[in-house]
Amino acid sequence: MSQNTLRRVSPIVYVMLLAAMVIFLVPIYMAIITALKNPAEIRLATAWHLPSYPYWQSFVEAYNMLLPSLRNSLILTITGTVLSSLVGSINGFVFSKNRFRGSEIVFTLFLFGMFIPYQIILIPLFQLLRAIGIYGSLYGLILAHVVYGIPITTLIFRNFYDQIPNSLVESARLDGAGFFGLYGRLFLPLSVPGFVVVGIWQFTQIWNEFLWGVTLTKQSSQPVTVGLAQLAGGQAVNWNLPMAGSFLAGFPVLLIYIFFGRYFIRGLLAGSVKE
Amino acid sequence: MVGSKKNTVYSMLVLLPSLILLLIFVYGFIGNSFYVSLTDWGTGAALRENPLKNLIGLENYRQLFTGAIHDRFRQDLVNAIFYSLFLVAGTLGLGLFLAIMLDKGPKGENTLRTVFLFPMALSFVVTGTIWRWIFSPKGGVNLIPTWFGKERGEFLWLSSREQVAVFNWQNVPQIVALILFIIFALLLYGGWKKGRQTQIIWGAVLSGLMLFYALVLHNLLPPIIPYEEFHGFSLATIGIIIAAVWQYSGYTMALYLAGLRGLPVAMYESAKMDGASDITYYLKIAIPNMWPITLSAIIIISHISLKLFALIFSMAGADNASTGHPSVLMYLITFRANNFAVGAAISVILFLMAALFIIPYLIQSYRARR
Amino acid sequence: MKKGLTLLITLLLLLPMVSVWAGGQQEGAAEAEETEAVVAPEVELDYGKPSGDLEIFSWWAGDEAPALNALIDLYNDDYPQVEVINATVTGGSGVNAKAVLKTRMLGGDPPDSFQVHAGQELIGTWVAAERMLDLTPLFESEGWLDVIPEDLINLIGTENGIWSVPVNVHRSNVMWYIPENLEEWGVEAPQSWDDFLEIADDLEAEGVVPLSLATNWTVNHLWESVALGVLGADKYDGLWNGELSWTSDEAVEVWATLDEILEYTNDDFSSLSWQQATDLVVDGDAAFNIMGDWAAGYMSTTLNLEPGNDYMWAASPGTEGVFMFLADSFGFPKGVKNPAATLSWLKTCGSLEGQDTFNPLKGSISARTDSDLSKYNDYSRSAAEDFADNRIVGSLAHGVTANEGFMNDFATVMEMFLNNRNPEQAANAAQAIAIQNGIVSR
Repeated sequence: MSQNTLRRVSPIVYVMLLAAMVIFLVPIYMAIITALKNPAEIRLATAWHLPSYPYWQSFVEAYNMLLPSLRNSLILTITGTVLSSLVGSINGFVFSKNRFRGSEIVFTLFLFGMFIPYQIILIPLFQLLRAIGIYGSLYGLILAHVVYGIPITTLIFRNFYDQIPNSLVESARLDGAGFFGLYGRLFLPLSVPGFVVVGIWQFTQIWNEFLWGVTLTKQSSQPVTVGLAQLAGGQAVNWNLPMAGSFLAGFPVLLIYIFFGRYFIRGLLAGSVKE
Repeated sequence: MVGSKKNTVYSMLVLLPSLILLLIFVYGFIGNSFYVSLTDWGTGAALRENPLKNLIGLENYRQLFTGAIHDRFRQDLVNAIFYSLFLVAGTLGLGLFLAIMLDKGPKGENTLRTVFLFPMALSFVVTGTIWRWIFSPKGGVNLIPTWFGKERGEFLWLSSREQVAVFNWQNVPQIVALILFIIFALLLYGGWKKGRQTQIIWGAVLSGLMLFYALVLHNLLPPIIPYEEFHGFSLATIGIIIAAVWQYSGYTMALYLAGLRGLPVAMYESAKMDGASDITYYLKIAIPNMWPITLSAIIIISHISLKLFALIFSMAGADNASTGHPSVLMYLITFRANNFAVGAAISVILFLMAALFIIPYLIQSYRARR
Repeated sequence: MKKGLTLLITLLLLLPMVSVWAGGQQEGAAEAEETEAVVAPEVELDYGKPSGDLEIFSWWAGDEAPALNALIDLYNDDYPQVEVINATVTGGSGVNAKAVLKTRMLGGDPPDSFQVHAGQELIGTWVAAERMLDLTPLFESEGWLDVIPEDLINLIGTENGIWSVPVNVHRSNVMWYIPENLEEWGVEAPQSWDDFLEIADDLEAEGVVPLSLATNWTVNHLWESVALGVLGADKYDGLWNGELSWTSDEAVEVWATLDEILEYTNDDFSSLSWQQATDLVVDGDAAFNIMGDWAAGYMSTTLNLEPGNDYMWAASPGTEGVFMFLADSFGFPKGVKNPAATLSWLKTCGSLEGQDTFNPLKGSISARTDSDLSKYNDYSRSAAEDFADNRIVGSLAHGVTANEGFMNDFATVMEMFLNNRNPEQAANAAQAIAIQNGIVSR
């Protein structure tokens, strides 16, 4: 409902929204105060108290421990995002503006890959990566992310290109633009917002992924989610480190979310197939 | 729109690499996992460079559902169903509530939306780590009662072994038959109301069969496992459910908010003209009109609930059986216990559970597009 | 449109079939190769001068890291040209590390050397899978056969060879307590589980947890101490060599005793790490803790407590005179990238200097009989004495007596038991998994 000038928002609604907001922010509050406490100050009984003074050392330590995996994640995420966006863009162009008999079936075949629980492909994926000799390296992870990213990137680009009027395509074709000419000269330049949506979506997905990270890598190539799970899952009694680590691991996506939230939500809604 | 012949050739050529990759990585791999689940890969020499595998049919599945040592799988399966139910109910309820609150465009709407949605951008590993601290038995939420001068809470959020709604696994076939009976009886009723003869016949035959099994046959046949085995809703999963609802309510909120804003203003105004209050408007008009959104939200969220692996792993640990989920067990059985075949069987069961939601959904959206 | 749908569904069904067939073809080929008998290759003694990267895989992170680091430093003193990559995966008793190692071995990417519990955990898994090199020539050339007790050699070797270099010996059946606290509460360390159950109520009345417990594997750890206490050494061994049935009255009695003991543990145990369970004792919230003697390392090195004074120990109830051991060891996987460095690392691990550098920090004792005891603290000296003259049995929870298949299934049985507390059913299930994993024959 866009014209809501007539409506008055009652104070009760504000109270409830405020309460909801506070509850939603509790985990962030906890993470911040715990990360900023001196380890000696962290006691279960005073878990909710503010630190008596900010202790930044935990961030430095966590950063040093997570540095290699942060670097891996950055390489993995950027490569994976760029490659899967490019593939998705040209696929989306076909599915939107170059439909042929059966293209809808192929599209549905594509989409299916987006909804499977990834455990079902884990064992064969593992064997395949081993067979072609890229198991344990970043290449294997990148390959997995690109391939399994095709459905969603194709879907988002298809929805995006559907908004480009067909008349525009027709007139370009009449002017003699071929398949690649049309894509390269008309669609690609128009695709920037599409790339932003897809890019942000893939970036967060790949950055946040854990299952493949934990099964398909060795230590030297593990992504930051696995690094964080290690940092937190061990015998860590000192909760300042996992909390600071959570911050570092969550920071890049949070940054993107804050600055490009609008696009993130568009990617999110595209995930429900019909925009 | 359909292009020229040359265009079609180019289109197919462009799609071909993606199609081949997906045929291998999705369909081929699913088939391969299914094949592995029919073998005995996992006993003895599983870890050799060229492991021996023999086909043993559906034995792994039989073991999972009735074998003595797969008790945990059965509890995990029960957990998975409860995870799905509560996650869907929680995110839809909370998301709808937040969307209605925001619908009228209160001041600071953008900030609020940002706050409700940000958890969605974070990794389960990040949020799981934080929530683990919040739910630690002697701190976090258990301290809240002390703010009001009460005793510290004693609930073991992630490690409680308490269960409610407990049932005997031996009765599962009976329970399933009764559920099917209800479904078929509804089918019969629908057919009778609409006067469709074939539907009446099928409904009557199938519901009769199910009732016969549940009331007579089940008691005559030997039980599926030789002893009583109890499963139920594990209270330790509540903590995980809360964290997951927190993470995904923003998503349903965004869906519903888009839905509410998509409803014509006239709808609201005419309701107001008829003297309806805001509450009546939302309950009687807005929510029923958003049924398609609700449906797709149910499908997406129940599908997400099958991907709780990372959250459970980082919040409660893979070993914690009270919060178990088949996706976690698959990891443990495959990569720690070396039992690839049983791991594959679990993944197939997970896949079938997901397919139950996804295939009808994809077919429906395929039809809608045409 | 109907046609399209039919096509779609046919395709969906067809593809898996094709891959099933393709999979079948490939497996068939593997089977043919497998029929040829394979003799385990032996390690060579000259791979050239070690250099390059050496990746050492272990679960010694956190509190156990200083010992490993000291060993690596010692190695680098001798081989400065080798760059050691210290790959650790956290999680007590290697719970997470084993999964990571498995994916790497299966992925054809073995680390140059990895930590593994000596005994069936290595033999039943990696030796059975023919993924390890026989180290007998190394043991001969380094003279280790003379300084490592024969019992231990027998446990880390099979008829076909010796498979790993033990770096330490740990004791599993130890009960830890703070003498000052016991005095305050007016109790003494119990000699038997009956003694324990007698004083447990008094301790609870004082608001003290009688026995602190931690995450899942520590319950298995407790089980083996209870089993040894209830059965005695001969019958405990009987469980592993098939002389005592898992369904016998004595075996059921082990579960029944465990059931009684569990009544006196902290109920949040599954959310704690083993260190936190030790902390409960140190902080005076719990009276006793049963844990391997890495707890001594934790209390001495991390918490700076003085053994024999700030904390004390006894054999776990009913196991006086028996030493339940486990050992960490390093092996030589087939197909490593840097065999020269791996070989030199194993030499350092087995050397007197290496063992006497590593063990005092780790809280364990050396696997060698010629170790210099003056470098060790009071606890370790007493453990070394016990190791020399006690009856030796192997640990289940730490991979000595049973293969990994059994250990994993046993964890499931334990989980089942913790939920239903039915000793009979647990004993039956344990019998079933013992048969399934080849511990006892049908």
